[in-house]
Amino acid sequence: MNRSRAPILKLGETLIASVQEALMDADLVGLRDELVAEVKKYRATCVIIDVTVLDVLDSFAARTLRHIAQMTQLLGARTVIVGIQPDVAFAMVQLGLTLEGTETALDLEDALSRLKIRVGRERSAQ
Amino acid sequence: MNAVLNELNVPIRSEADLVTARLRGREIASTLKFSSSELTLIATAISEVTRNILSYAGSGDLDLRLVRQGQKVGISIVARDRGPGIADLFSAMQDGYSTSGSLGLGLPGSKRLMDEFDLASEVGKGTTVTMTKWKM
Repeated sequence: MNRSRAPILKLGETLIASVQEALMDADLVGLRDELVAEVKKYRATCVIIDVTVLDVLDSFAARTLRHIAQMTQLLGARTVIVGIQPDVAFAMVQLGLTLEGTETALDLEDALSRLKIRVGRERSAQ
Repeated sequence: MNAVLNELNVPIRSEADLVTARLRGREIASTLKFSSSELTLIATAISEVTRNILSYAGSGDLDLRLVRQGQKVGISIVARDRGPGIADLFSAMQDGYSTSGSLGLGLPGSKRLMDEFDLASEVGKGTTVTMTKWKM
């Protein structure tokens, strides 16, 4: 079920999970299990989860994202959550949610630049 | 007492209804021209109280009402179930208190997201959360 809602792309040692639509709890848990399995399978060192399309991040979603970050960290990979919308951030803070200990970035581009992952022309020039 | 301008019921039976509840809440609230950030607060509160229904009672109902009180209009959300009820209402409203292994932010957090919040529960009978957001 997760495959269509949040496909996982592989870019070198980085896995990019791109959430495509509102996720049900089972989808999030599926994404967690899938990401953890793929970190091991591909010996990934970075995981990026793009949540740009999500219009709500409630307590369950925040907890699951935090769990993903902690689990992948135990496997030696760094997780960055990207694309939290300003309205969503506002609601999360009001609700009392933090993603403490979880790295975040403005968007995918920001995360890639922080992780020093280059795509496109620059890469072939190296 | 609030006058009800429009009302929509969303039966909560499965996890898929959680996504539907948030969507319907946004739709009905947007007819009052709430700002996008207010709509997100409302959708998030709906998500939390609906999740409580699913986690603790298994099923229940969500009533979304557009209400008027004097000059002001707003959205009133009633989440009701016939589940086990809450024995300790005081603790249930404290941040970090949970009997299900969750973060324990659902009820106190939803109270912060909305303008009015009421929790009524009877052990063995069920729980009703009524919360309202007024259009500023």
